[in-house]
Amino acid sequence: MRYLPLTAEDRARMLGVIGAPDIDALFADVPVSAQLSGPVDLPAHMGELEVERALSAMARRNRTAGEGPFFCGAGAYRHHVPASVDHIIQRSEFLTSYTPYQPEIAQGTLQYLYEFQTQVAALTGMEAANASMYDGSTAAAEAVMMAHRITRRPRAILSGGLHPHYAETIATLAHVAGVEIVRQAAAVDAEADVVSAIDGETACVVVQTPNVFGTASDVTAIADAAHAAGALLIVVTTEAVSLGLLKSPGEMGADIVAAEGQSIGAGLNFGGPYVGLFATREKFVRQMPGRLTGETVDADGRRGFVLTLSTREQHIRREKATSNICTNSGLCALAFTIHLSLLGETGLRRLAALNHARARRLAASLGEVPAVSVLTRRFFNEIAVGLPAPAAEVVETLAGQGVIAGVPFSRLAPDAGMDQVLLLAATETTTEGDIAVLTSALKGALA
Amino acid sequence: MSMLNVGRPSRPEAAPGGGHQTLTGGRGLLQDEGLIFEMDGWDKTGVDLPEPDLGAEDLGDLIRQAPIGLPGLSEPEALRHYVRLSQKNHAIDLAIYPLGSCTMKHNPRLNEKMARLPGFADIHPLQPVSTAQGALELMETLAHWLKTLTGMPAVALSPKAGAHGELCGLLAIRAAHEARGDARKRVLVPTSAHGTNPATAAFVGYAVEEIAQTADGRVDVADLAAKLGPDVAAIMVTNPNTCGLFEREIVEIARLTHAAGAYFYCDGANFNAIVGKVRPADLGVDAMHINLHKTFSTPHGGGGPGAGPVVLSAELARFAPAPWVTHGPDGLGLSEHAEGEAGASFGRLCAFHGQMGMYVRALSYMMSHGSDGLRQVAEDAVLNANYVKARLSGVMTAPFDGPCMHEALFDDDWLEGTGVTTLDFAKAMIDEGFHPMTMYFPLVVHGAMLIEPTETESRAEIDRFCEALLALAAAAKAGEVDRFKAAPMCAPLRRLDETLAARKPRLRWRPPEPVLAAAE
Repeated sequence: MRYLPLTAEDRARMLGVIGAPDIDALFADVPVSAQLSGPVDLPAHMGELEVERALSAMARRNRTAGEGPFFCGAGAYRHHVPASVDHIIQRSEFLTSYTPYQPEIAQGTLQYLYEFQTQVAALTGMEAANASMYDGSTAAAEAVMMAHRITRRPRAILSGGLHPHYAETIATLAHVAGVEIVRQAAAVDAEADVVSAIDGETACVVVQTPNVFGTASDVTAIADAAHAAGALLIVVTTEAVSLGLLKSPGEMGADIVAAEGQSIGAGLNFGGPYVGLFATREKFVRQMPGRLTGETVDADGRRGFVLTLSTREQHIRREKATSNICTNSGLCALAFTIHLSLLGETGLRRLAALNHARARRLAASLGEVPAVSVLTRRFFNEIAVGLPAPAAEVVETLAGQGVIAGVPFSRLAPDAGMDQVLLLAATETTTEGDIAVLTSALKGALA
Repeated sequence: MSMLNVGRPSRPEAAPGGGHQTLTGGRGLLQDEGLIFEMDGWDKTGVDLPEPDLGAEDLGDLIRQAPIGLPGLSEPEALRHYVRLSQKNHAIDLAIYPLGSCTMKHNPRLNEKMARLPGFADIHPLQPVSTAQGALELMETLAHWLKTLTGMPAVALSPKAGAHGELCGLLAIRAAHEARGDARKRVLVPTSAHGTNPATAAFVGYAVEEIAQTADGRVDVADLAAKLGPDVAAIMVTNPNTCGLFEREIVEIARLTHAAGAYFYCDGANFNAIVGKVRPADLGVDAMHINLHKTFSTPHGGGGPGAGPVVLSAELARFAPAPWVTHGPDGLGLSEHAEGEAGASFGRLCAFHGQMGMYVRALSYMMSHGSDGLRQVAEDAVLNANYVKARLSGVMTAPFDGPCMHEALFDDDWLEGTGVTTLDFAKAMIDEGFHPMTMYFPLVVHGAMLIEPTETESRAEIDRFCEALLALAAAAKAGEVDRFKAAPMCAPLRRLDETLAARKPRLRWRPPEPVLAAAE
């Protein structure tokens, strides 16, 4: 077997050194009744060629985003990732290392995490960021738990513009933590509606911008209302590139930002692995979940980096930890920080402007299709449109013609009564031709 | 999952001999590399993009005006920066990485190639399922392998790491109790458990109570029996446990737990020791997470991403989180909502469907090994650990007798009187070119050193490792305390001041304060 270096002779010699008659002697503590006598009923080992053949056959049964017109967004976005990003993250020293428990021989990881934390803080307009969460949705759920710890209040208000998967992820944790969730009805432009629900029992308000319908909002007034009532504002962003064009959550008064970083560095990957961005104010740092990298010096006074404030974490605090998270999303954080370093402020602003311009083209083009209405007024790179027919059926019809038209909102929230709403995203990868093909296919399907 | 130390940040006590100092901070192949914020690239970009053909006037006052503060690098500068940083990391591909409880095995590159096939990497989680049949087939195939290897009837794939899997398992257990109207309050966890176990139990709203350990490093069954009661929801037991030992009484532990109406959650972090040899279902397990990044070799990536699918008993299966793959007349489907036919589900753990990129790698690994190869994995992992234990036991002291499973545990008894601590010993290993073992974990053993070689180390590499440890041990016993207190001398940096980092946290780069012209 190509991954196992021991030979039969090695095994025999090693058993001799151990003083065991055979390998079974080393498994003597396993109850005999539970020992399998031979291999389980699964195929035997295969060579690279056979594995590649089998998996490639599965891969070929999927329609890739790059094959033709493609407009899915709703929390995962197709962007171009520079070739050097994937090259660097496959360096052995990054790919095959682990959590930097021994900082003297993990400065590579620790320094890029420190750079990542600084970039995330700058991007979100916050004072501090951690070294990553699993993804945006789990970051949002952790943010609600953190707000509950800080305010010791029982209720979280979720806006109707919050991605339904995020709302459900939050609800799962809130249920067992004893946090009451008030989830407002889905609406295209609903962020401001949360204000009327804020009261003295409110731990936090969770709003999303751009929201799941693509609506970009200024949430400053929501922050003011939350703070006046002693509650925290959590701002969710599922499209990190939007932060290159839109006012940052920090500028608008956010206390915690929970964002999906997939757009920068990670591909679509059918939903994972992605990278959760988590940022907050300096005064809340000790209530944060997850790993934090900090600057220090070594015995010779040279600058170096270490994991710090670990007394928040499970391996030290056990049942009193701020979270149970351990392994997070290190390599995706590396891809994020490399891609963002390549972009720089100049490139990120250009990329964001380009995405916005493409979405304007898309909105204008769809606006001319009879019986289709563009529902999102102010958007970044994603819009919701109203169709005269169930969106899921239209999407299926167009898929048959090689056009992936977007995400029917009913797929995310079947009970919202918005079956005719379709979510579409455009990015720098979307061409004029893609938009023309979609528009004409939609006209045909609705005719 | 391993521990840095007993919990208190450490700082260098003394710095005898700073070694050779260069004039620039560079050292041979190691460059003194600054932060990206110190490279003066505020106006640069390494990505060429076309000019947008439309403006953003429609966004009005939503537009970000102030500078963001992000530097840019051209591609050559970026390559240099990250390659220079990479050279300051230890990695599996450099040498044995014996972190106990972390299963740092070789990461086959075929798996990387497979995960990058556009048919897996360039598909969207919400594109029509009719256009992603191959992805669902891959998930179903992975699920079949995991169920067959564990003997369990169901698996929830979506948890994103081991701790997330623990959360999934305990949420299912809590939902099962709630469905019976039997809210329970406590979860029992051995003292030797990973920190994630008590943290997860507390996260799910349970009080955590510790189970004592016997003198031979295993769960004290009498103590467990005494603590089980009508308010115990579950026990969380790692098997093989964190001392590297198989729980001999595991079947009895499961029987007692079930008799008390509680569930047996097994932490599957150490599944590598028994994969293909023992099915957790045959031990009485109700739920267990499998770290795909440990047993099934998806890369650890400097701290993730991982994946932690959870296998479930028939009784717990109906409480599993959405989504799951379904079979219909038109092919495979996805049930994405906890309502309707899936009404008992505890809900959703995360957006979308979990770590697809990790599923592909893990399945590629499993298919490569096959049922025969996976069995050999467990046998070689156990053989290698016992070989390490046998080679070192003459000098280092092992707290527990008898064969170990996939990791060899030592305490610091043998260092008594030398003036050298476990931490010092670990740092001296760095000078010899090795990554230290897991230190000070499990907590039940004084000055613990937990060594997990894994099955992908050759006999020659293990011999080289053991000889280095024996030489260091001899130096410690010969009174060469300075060698240890000053260590590491040969690493990119010497010991770091963790106390300073924690006392005055600097968690991000900030521009230097402007130098005042009229400074006094």
